[in-house]
Amino acid sequence: MLMLPAHSLLSVSFLAAAAWCAIAVLSLIPANEAFLARKFAFPLGALVGLALAAAGLQAIWLAAPEQMTLPLGLPDLPFHLRLDPLAGYFLMLLGAVSAGVSVYAAGYFREETAGRLALIALEYHLFLASMAFVILADDAYLFMVAWETMALSSYFLVTTDHKLPAIRSAGFLYLLLAHLGALAILLCFGVMSGGHGDYSFAALRNAHLQPQWATVAFLLAFFGFGAKAGMIPLHAWLPEAHPAAPTPVSALMSGIMLKTAIYGMIRVIFDLIGNVRWEWGMLVLAIGAGTTLFGVLYALMQHDLKRLLAYHSVENIGIILLGFGMSMVFLGFGYPAAAALGLIAALYHALNHAVFKSLLFLGAGSILKSTGQRNLNRMGGLIHKMPQTAFYFLVGALAISALPPLNGFVSEWLTFQTALQAPILENGVVRSLLPLFAATLALAGALTAMCFVKVYGIAFLGRPRETQPPGQAPAGENGHDAGLPERFGMAWLTAGCFVLGLFPTGFVLMLNRVTVSLTGHGLHKAALESSWLWMVPISPARASYSPIVFLIVIVSVTLLTFVIVRRYFHGRVRYSEPWGCGYSEVTARTQDTADAFGQPIRHVFGPLYLMKRHMPGPDDASPRFSLKIYDRHWYWLYLPLARLTEFVSSKIALLQQGKISIYLLYSFLTLIALLVFVR
Amino acid sequence: MIDAPGIAFQILQSVFVVLAAPLLMGWANQCRAWLQNRSAPSILLPYYTLGKLFHKDAVMARNASALFRITPYVLFGCMWLAAGIVPVLATDLPFAPAADIIALVGVFALARVFSALAAMDIGTAFGGLGARREMLIGFLAEPAMLMTLFTAAFISGSTQLNTIVETLARREFAIYPSLAFAAVAFLMVLLAENARIPIDNPTTHLELTMIHEAMILEYSARHLALIEWAAAIKLFAYVTIGIALFVPWGIAEAGNWGALPLAFVALAAKLALAGAGLAFLEMLLAKLRLFLAPEFLSTAFLLGVLGMLTHFLAHA
Repeated sequence: MLMLPAHSLLSVSFLAAAAWCAIAVLSLIPANEAFLARKFAFPLGALVGLALAAAGLQAIWLAAPEQMTLPLGLPDLPFHLRLDPLAGYFLMLLGAVSAGVSVYAAGYFREETAGRLALIALEYHLFLASMAFVILADDAYLFMVAWETMALSSYFLVTTDHKLPAIRSAGFLYLLLAHLGALAILLCFGVMSGGHGDYSFAALRNAHLQPQWATVAFLLAFFGFGAKAGMIPLHAWLPEAHPAAPTPVSALMSGIMLKTAIYGMIRVIFDLIGNVRWEWGMLVLAIGAGTTLFGVLYALMQHDLKRLLAYHSVENIGIILLGFGMSMVFLGFGYPAAAALGLIAALYHALNHAVFKSLLFLGAGSILKSTGQRNLNRMGGLIHKMPQTAFYFLVGALAISALPPLNGFVSEWLTFQTALQAPILENGVVRSLLPLFAATLALAGALTAMCFVKVYGIAFLGRPRETQPPGQAPAGENGHDAGLPERFGMAWLTAGCFVLGLFPTGFVLMLNRVTVSLTGHGLHKAALESSWLWMVPISPARASYSPIVFLIVIVSVTLLTFVIVRRYFHGRVRYSEPWGCGYSEVTARTQDTADAFGQPIRHVFGPLYLMKRHMPGPDDASPRFSLKIYDRHWYWLYLPLARLTEFVSSKIALLQQGKISIYLLYSFLTLIALLVFVR
Repeated sequence: MIDAPGIAFQILQSVFVVLAAPLLMGWANQCRAWLQNRSAPSILLPYYTLGKLFHKDAVMARNASALFRITPYVLFGCMWLAAGIVPVLATDLPFAPAADIIALVGVFALARVFSALAAMDIGTAFGGLGARREMLIGFLAEPAMLMTLFTAAFISGSTQLNTIVETLARREFAIYPSLAFAAVAFLMVLLAENARIPIDNPTTHLELTMIHEAMILEYSARHLALIEWAAAIKLFAYVTIGIALFVPWGIAEAGNWGALPLAFVALAAKLALAGAGLAFLEMLLAKLRLFLAPEFLSTAFLLGVLGMLTHFLAHA
């Protein structure tokens, strides 16, 4: 590899982020129907992403972190940048995944009007740049500036179609929770600095907090970043905002932005606070398990494809938290090698989720563009109209269902292996709880598979379900496959699913560098000697997994079977109508719908849902069955809080009399009070 | 780790499993017929059926997609892989490190997802119904299965199936409470996963409560043959996993080729007992209502958890 002079990787990363800013500004040039934004912004953005990914990848092997101070910011508060293996890993995630999404966006936004397109390109690239700065920031000040820029630019992206009231309210909810989270993070930095006024991360790292203040800082960081990551009970914005945003933006938000929250969590808890306690890990595990199950159970109830994917993001954040929490428990009890494995599992799953969830969102975007539908109940048989999208979506669906040999399986396998190290713990309760969290993961994995059988079976397989609703193009004219840039973007991410799934050893060793730089400890020696073919997380006698051998065996025996059957028998096929089991009049409407597919789950997990069901009576003239599922969190958390806020503000509003004399009286009273108390 | 006799044995063993699997099916059917006081069909009947199906012309719905066509082969490939990982005669399997017990559960899940997708491909009411029910059983059975396997993994300190078997085969004969719980849980999962009574009825066809049969209604001829054969291999693999975990004595350990004949006799005896036991269970039990299946399988899950906790208590 080309060796560059010192600070070069950080400079490249900084320049890449700056280039995104430049693209954002240049996209505003209105000449020639926003020619620049239309033709060049997104492809250039993808190239910048690749450069950033390359720099980040190299930074993982940095021996010492690179640092830089920018002559920007407030007079006494310059911006500090720093690049270490952890930042490098997340920069790689950001660059590589955004490259695929940007190529897709180049095709997806082709038909927008000039004004909207310029604005989208501006906000899109600002969003990317702010995420890069969140990862590069080395002081609380720049971190918060970048964090807020990220929240605002994504808010404007979510509300691209701001003329629809539903989208405006989704955007508002997102902004509200993003700011609650940001407030908690700000307070966390305040607690960590302990009033010394130095907010550089170096100072925060060296501050020795008292245990109770460290716990306060942990709680603030966990819930602050958790609000952005979408863990329960702070997830409410996610299923609203993701469907509202244009599809490439949903892919970015779900694939990458949630991971910046994971990055922040790891940075603050492992790096800045340090001295991780196992009790914190148990809290993370409990919330992670709840988030995992909640996410997948609600995903199973959805028929809006993008909303369903958003709930799966909640679930996957839960899976990441499970690995993260196990790592904290092991670290707290003093087992750094097991802790390293848990952290590696969490980080690996963060990258995996970024790849397959972006892929699935892009697939959903192609369906939306081609059929004008997000409602699964109106789809069907798309595999015939969009075969390539169907293939990419199938790979994404198998990957998210944690099926070998794709990438989702690898990180869940690593999480299982971490949980199976539980016997080394002395604490009997914790030791028997860890495998139960692994059982949660197993349940969630199997439920995810069910959910994606539902999505894929209903959207792509079967026969088209309904005639198109009035006002939309008739069924024959729509349903073309995605355009070339879209397909290219999806193919890039599909390749990512395969590479991450088939060559896990390289990524595990890479992540080992990250954990060594964070905690000072890595995996066991035997694990580091594993070859590219056999992944060994602890020792060869304990567990190993080789996706390549797995794939070769399964493909070769499948082909062998095919050849034998064709060689010794025959390949004759007669075509006919589907067999209706003796019933005639079997139409496309007798197929399962998305809601019907989730019915067994409603039956088994009924008490977890808030259902409102309307059954038509026997003599109803126009019988209609309706079923609505509500999120219980709204009723026990959000609405009471909203009512409380309204109540309090209505009382405070009594102060506002609208008369200047009253306000002068307030100033006068304040002065008197100050004179009395502050002498 | 990988040597020529090892690979040869690996290939021979997986071919043996693939070829012998329908025999277990035939034996179980024969036993059941005897128990039900019917005149029993030949033990080779499954082979005749497969041969007949392979020679027929396939009938396929006009709107079948490529997924529908490749699924039988994928299913067969998955089961063949599973047959290669499970130590049946000896623990010396060079390919076994490629997939441990978690990956083995993953292989079964992969097969299940493909068969459910193929069921939904044609777009008939029964296909979707079967797919939905199969996934319901699957998501309940998978965690229970993992809990059972985790118990064995905790006892032997490994998730490699062949290492587990070697460790368990060497221990002295005693009843481990954790393994007893796990064995009951495993049996329940085995019945559910292989579409046996009390979850599904393998002899039924066109019943509103069917699961596995509803998914494969659209298949015929060679595709159906492959699916049926894959189901037979799956049953064989599950039974041999159960044998390997709970009664491993007699299996040939790595490098000990002289023990193979004895291992073969032991396996045949155990399989004969298992097949008869399966038929006996199906005699005793009635099919459960579909919505009692979650209770059945959550019992299995809880038994698995209990087994694991018992292990932790015993070794605290």
